Formats: sequence, structure tokens, C-alpha cells
Amino acid sequence: MVKQISNKENFLKGIIKENPVFVLLLGCCPTLGVTSSAINGLGMGVATMFVLIMSNVVISLVKNVIPDKVRIPSFIVIIAAFVTVVQLLMEAYTPALHEQLGLFIPLIVVNCIVLGRAEAFASRNTLFSSMIDGLGMGVGFTFALVLLGSIREVLGSLSLFGFRFAEADGMLIFILAPGAFITLGFIIAVMTWIKKRKPKTTS
Amino acid sequence: MEYIIIIISTIFINNIVLAKFLGICPFLGVSKNTSTAVGMGGAVIFVMTIATIMTYLVQHYILIPLDIEYLQTVTYILVIAFLVQVVEIVLKKVSPDLYQALGVYLPLITTNCAILGVAILVIQNDFNLLQSVTFAIGNAIGFTLAIAIFSSLREQLENADLPEYMQGVPAALITASILSMAFMGFAGLV
Repeated sequence: MVKQISNKENFLKGIIKENPVFVLLLGCCPTLGVTSSAINGLGMGVATMFVLIMSNVVISLVKNVIPDKVRIPSFIVIIAAFVTVVQLLMEAYTPALHEQLGLFIPLIVVNCIVLGRAEAFASRNTLFSSMIDGLGMGVGFTFALVLLGSIREVLGSLSLFGFRFAEADGMLIFILAPGAFITLGFIIAVMTWIKKRKPKTTS
Repeated sequence: MEYIIIIISTIFINNIVLAKFLGICPFLGVSKNTSTAVGMGGAVIFVMTIATIMTYLVQHYILIPLDIEYLQTVTYILVIAFLVQVVEIVLKKVSPDLYQALGVYLPLITTNCAILGVAILVIQNDFNLLQSVTFAIGNAIGFTLAIAIFSSLREQLENADLPEYMQGVPAALITASILSMAFMGFAGLV
């Protein structure tokens, strides 16, 4: 029973308390680079989640076999293998999305979240909890990307997931590079504001 | 002329950080003061140039002849990780001064997505070796320029009287946004 609660917490921590993007500020490159629309954010999030879960699982399985000194290079090779799998799968089944995300798919390899979780969590924990951790972090990352993508898409092109709801011009700047920085900046500011407010309201 | 265009477009128009979103982690992480930012920039110029040459040669003399281009991602990241190690060891022996200056930034570079990104972009754009080197140098200078400007802005920001929840990362990101807008002004230069 106790274990179940800890699994639930283990899963939830990735989504809110230790959200990789908003709190830990990891993996900023894909976060900013691909979120010009909600659907791109979702695609990138799911691709990263797959790599996160699979690499966490494999690393927790082989953690006792790998000598400590060559730990990091081994992790990178395992991660790179799964990234290649994702890349080939996306090229075959979702060519349009693959085209949109382009360079950022191979760059999942150097996404600090994946290596960070491998090093900090999967190399020390059991198979199952590593899987849960990967899932939680993946969902948290996807949530962050979809939120950022939705805000940018709504403001920038007045549509959401590709459905236009108004026939006017949006603020183009939100689709372009500066919009990514400014949106993420304000989201983090709001998160901090909520966190700072909480103790006051409860006490 | 072609090479000058590559240099200008990579530094100003398609700045690797502010327009292409590569290398954001060091851009946000080590930009708290100007001297460390410039140090990081120097290390990136050094490694990016060598890494691009290495991966170019690996691509054209190993991966393509053997018809195993799908191993691109795995091979490149290994080449870069290996290269960073070698650079570190060689620098330590050959030029201790330079090692002192760049030493701490070198390990961080392995996970700098700008390095891997440029290596892949070079192949995607079908550049020849000289164009690739120019492209790498241009991008590395662009990175250094962006991080140097950004760090000096952040130093000023430290003294600004901001609302509590805007301090730190949010303010930095909004500054980056304005800087990125400024760089958009270069569009159409070439």
C-alpha cells in the first residue's frame, strides 16, 4: 500500500512539483524551438516521452553491468539508439510531423532531461520505478510543450490544434522566435507567483 | 563572396541561439556574468569548428560508403563526446593557459545541442568541407555574440527593481525575447 502511494507521487512529481521545463528548466531547446503550434508540441512531447521511458527502462536494467567510469558514454549510446528508432518511426508513419520538427528529433539525444533522469534516477532505482519516473517526466514535458504551443498558436494564428476560430490576423510575433522566449518567461513568472501566494492563503 | 554571405547570415540573420533555438541551455545557464559567458563562447568556437570537420569526414568517408547513414545520430554524438575528451587532454598538455581559461566549460559542451545541431545542419544543407567550416565558425561566433550581449544585459538586470515573481529566469527570458526581436531587424540583410 505504501509502495503504491510512492509510485503515484513518483509519477506526479514530474508533472507539477519537478516539471522538467517550468521548474527544472531542462530541455529548453526543443521547448522553444518546436512549439509554434500545439500539435508540434504534442508530437515532440510524445517522441521525447518514448525515449525517456525506454532509456530509463534499459538503463535501470543494465545499471549493474556498466562500469562506473564509462557510465555517461554508455547512457548516451543507449539514448541515441532510441532516438534513432523514434526518428525512423516518425519518418515512416508521420512524415508531415517529421518534416515540421526536423532537426529537433535527432537533438532529443542532447536533451538534458533524458540524460538527467538517466543519471539521477534510472541508474539508482528499480525497473518499475524508473519506468514510472520516465512516464511522469514525459507527461510533464508534454504538458509544458502543449501549453506553450497552445498559447503561441492562439495568440499567433488564432487557432488551436489547427482549428481556426477567428478570421483575423493573429500577432505574428508569437509564432516567431521572440514569442517563444516571452511566452515561456511569462508562464514561469505566473508559476512563481502562484507558488509564492500559496503559503499566504493557507496560513 | 559566398563565404562572406554564410558568415553574415549565420551570425546575424539566422543566429543559432536567437533564431534557431539551439544551445539555449548554456545560453540561459552560464550567462550570469560576462567573463564566464565569453569563456563559454571561446570553448564553443573551438569545439564546434573541430567537431564539424570531424563529423563531416565521418559522414563522407565512413557512413556514406558503408551505407549506414541511419547511424548518424549515434555516431555523431560519440564523435563529439570523444572529441571533447581529446581536446581536454591535448589542451592540458599543449597549452595550460588556454586549458585554464576553457577547462570548466569543455565537459558541458558535449550536451550543447548547438554542436550536434550544426553538425547535422551541415549535412542537410549539402555543404562542401570549406563551406561547412565557414558555417561552423559563423554559427559559433553568432553564439558567442548572443551570449556575450545577453550576459551583459543580465548583469544590469541584477540591479533592476523587479516584482518578486519576475526576478531571475522570467526576466531573463523576456530580455532574451527583446534581444531576439532586435536580431530580427537584420532579416533581409543578405
